[in-house]
Amino acid sequence: MDQWAVKQDGNKPNLIRKPSKQHIREEWVGRVYTALCILFLIVTIIAIVYFVASRGLSTFIKNGVSIGDLLTGLKWAPEGEPALFGALPFIFGSFSTSLLAALIAAPLGCCAAIFMTQIMPGAGRRYMQPVIELLAGIPSVVYGFVGLSVIVPMLRNIFPGQGIGLAAGALVLSVMILPTITTIATDALAALPSGLKEGSFALGATRWQTIYRIVLPTTLPALLTGVVLGMSRAFGEALAVQMVIGNAPHIPRSLFESTSTLTSVITLSMGNTITGSAHNNALWSLALILLAMTFIFVFIVRFLERRNKR
Amino acid sequence: MQNTGLSVKNLSVFYGEKEAVKSVSLEFSPRQVTALIGPSGCGKSTFLRSLNRMNDTIGGVKTTGEIWIDGHNINDSGVDVVLLRQQIGMVWQRPNPFHKSIYENIAFGPRYHGIRSKRELDGIVEDCLRRAALWEETKDRLHKSALALSGGQQQRLCIARSIAVKPKIILMDEPASALDPVSTAKIEELISELKKEYCIIIVTHNMHQAARVSDRTAFFYMGKLIETGETDQIFTNPVEKSTDDYISGRFG
Amino acid sequence: MSAKTANRVATAVIVLVAAFIVLLLAGLLGYIIFRGLGHISLDFLTSAPETIKAGGGIGPQLFNSLFLLVLTLIITIPLGLGAGIYMSQYAKPGRLTDSIRLVVEVLSSFPSIVVGLFGLLVIVNLFGFGFSLFSGALALTVFNLPLMVRITEQALAGVPREQKEASLALGLSRWKTITSVMMPISMPAIVTGTILASGRVFGEAAALLFTAGMSSPRLDFTDWNPLSPFSPLNPFRPAETLAVHIWKVNSEGLAPDAAEIAAGASAVLVIMVLLFNFTARWFGRVLYRKFTATK
Repeated sequence: MDQWAVKQDGNKPNLIRKPSKQHIREEWVGRVYTALCILFLIVTIIAIVYFVASRGLSTFIKNGVSIGDLLTGLKWAPEGEPALFGALPFIFGSFSTSLLAALIAAPLGCCAAIFMTQIMPGAGRRYMQPVIELLAGIPSVVYGFVGLSVIVPMLRNIFPGQGIGLAAGALVLSVMILPTITTIATDALAALPSGLKEGSFALGATRWQTIYRIVLPTTLPALLTGVVLGMSRAFGEALAVQMVIGNAPHIPRSLFESTSTLTSVITLSMGNTITGSAHNNALWSLALILLAMTFIFVFIVRFLERRNKR
Repeated sequence: MQNTGLSVKNLSVFYGEKEAVKSVSLEFSPRQVTALIGPSGCGKSTFLRSLNRMNDTIGGVKTTGEIWIDGHNINDSGVDVVLLRQQIGMVWQRPNPFHKSIYENIAFGPRYHGIRSKRELDGIVEDCLRRAALWEETKDRLHKSALALSGGQQQRLCIARSIAVKPKIILMDEPASALDPVSTAKIEELISELKKEYCIIIVTHNMHQAARVSDRTAFFYMGKLIETGETDQIFTNPVEKSTDDYISGRFG
Repeated sequence: MSAKTANRVATAVIVLVAAFIVLLLAGLLGYIIFRGLGHISLDFLTSAPETIKAGGGIGPQLFNSLFLLVLTLIITIPLGLGAGIYMSQYAKPGRLTDSIRLVVEVLSSFPSIVVGLFGLLVIVNLFGFGFSLFSGALALTVFNLPLMVRITEQALAGVPREQKEASLALGLSRWKTITSVMMPISMPAIVTGTILASGRVFGEAAALLFTAGMSSPRLDFTDWNPLSPFSPLNPFRPAETLAVHIWKVNSEGLAPDAAEIAAGASAVLVIMVLLFNFTARWFGRVLYRKFTATK
């Protein structure tokens, strides 16, 4: 007992004011190490934005393409004479596939969330939750493969056309974003104070009336957050869409006609262009549009979350 | 034998805008138990937590005033909080042993403070467990998880853990409120034993407990120190009316 | 329609949708696995792919995927833990922390193809690592890091405050408190999260097309010198992973049995992801029991 008392108190009679070096060094190492890790993250994101933007903007600065032409032009012929950089078909493709996917997935996801939180919470947690997690875990190339070997032939048999196209892309994407929407909707519904529901039941409302009149309106901003996040994922998804959409560079006249998205064009052409060429730069411009859309989606989500808190 | 006491001058603690402790001045003597009593939310726990600057770990807490220990004001900016805390042990309302073995719970602190020899650590573990009256119950399973102990045993282990780093002062935040009567009695016995060496400050809701274990009592109400004095005097002959009301159970 | 009927109809619709989703997953998994199972054999799992002949395997791709995952985790785990600890323990609430949080959120929502392009520009070309496992691992790190940070942050937030305070009250530094008291308690959550994240990394392809490359050199599985260009262990050789291979076979496969190979490879990939998923659950439970053990 006294041996170590001497060791501690004898050597450092005034512990409060005379700090030992060990723990200060330790604290310093911890702080610097963790700060460096976070710095790495920040530098990475700045670098991504900087490099993509500098390459993407050179289409306009070096190659003299006007921003308006790129955003609204209908013809994409980067190797043609004269070279044309109309990216509207791809922008249209990206927006229409992700919007359609969200339209399909949102009601399904909300129903799944209502099932898990309001109708059968027990079975929901036991069976639905793992199902949703597994759906989220399936790699996108596998979704693309299944889309190509199941959805495309099915569409080809039922509808006119080759099966590939907008509809196939939207269907594949809708399954891919279903977990995102369901998870966020479930969290929102589960966080609802139970008093709100009980009050409605006490007034004699049925479960559906309660869900429809009380639960859904209260959680609407959170549900929308889920839908926007899902759309954001669909917008950036590359390979699964590229595999089933057909990749024709024009705006389709029907849901079952081949078209392209921003990601599918980049995926297909980036490897075949020479760095610094106008074609290559134009692809970077498409990547810049993707990046800009990511920021817009994040800010919409932030906006909705702030509304939700109020 | 420890001769360190604590002297608090004009201590105020703010949670954001709210003043939880209002300019409290109080003396704590070595080898004495001081009980802090008062209704919930009266600021006694906040006051206790500011004595080892544990409130620093919560964001948005501001502390003003002076706390003197061994001739140093611990609220000075130059104070090394880590070394300060080593001198002031703390025991919480709910037993919170580390998720480690019984042996490791005790040896963890001393080892960090530079004691490496196995023989010395073994000695410390045995000594602390004996002083916490836990040695007989645990000597055969020192390397089993501390979480397997009963609530009362866990709390005594936490006390043993805190004395293992040789503090001068021990702060206890309602140490027996989560325990059954038998365990509570054991903890109170332990406190009486420990006060021979340490300055002990205990927050309690239990009036009888305060009367049983403490030498001095301080009554807090609405963040203010209303009255302080010998425990006997506070319980039999309080000066302030609100103290009398609280002790006789008319509110709180 | 009366309120009661509406209630019944709505409930029925919701239950049907839920059942549909469960069937959808069952159908998906069943299709992938049964379609691919017939093609999976030891030979398929170990032999190299053929470009124009039938009978190619996925051996190198499978190895590449696993090796790349290991490389990625070696880089991601220390960075993710560090950044997560910073966010949950050292960052003071305020403007700066809010903006860092926004940065992490933005980074986690970047499309993986954009991360891949960034990798192509900076890691492959600017830093000169070329199409290589190492470039791929760095790209996957960027892709995986925000998730690791969130996992660590949440795991540490789940540690009871009294545990942290008990350690601080013994006179331990914050860093020692984090590493010796808080990390062991949050370990089950971190390990579970990391394994789940690994499943995601394992199936990722878009970020790898332009970083790890779309081809694999003829590997010599007897040469284990990491510096030799044909050694499987050389981190600076190009490496096509399983997920990339599936994409390539589907979109430009010339072998007559391309569809079969894609099916087999998809089944292998999905089985691996399922394995990660179940391991994570099982491991989480075991660790949880061990750390909060009553015996």
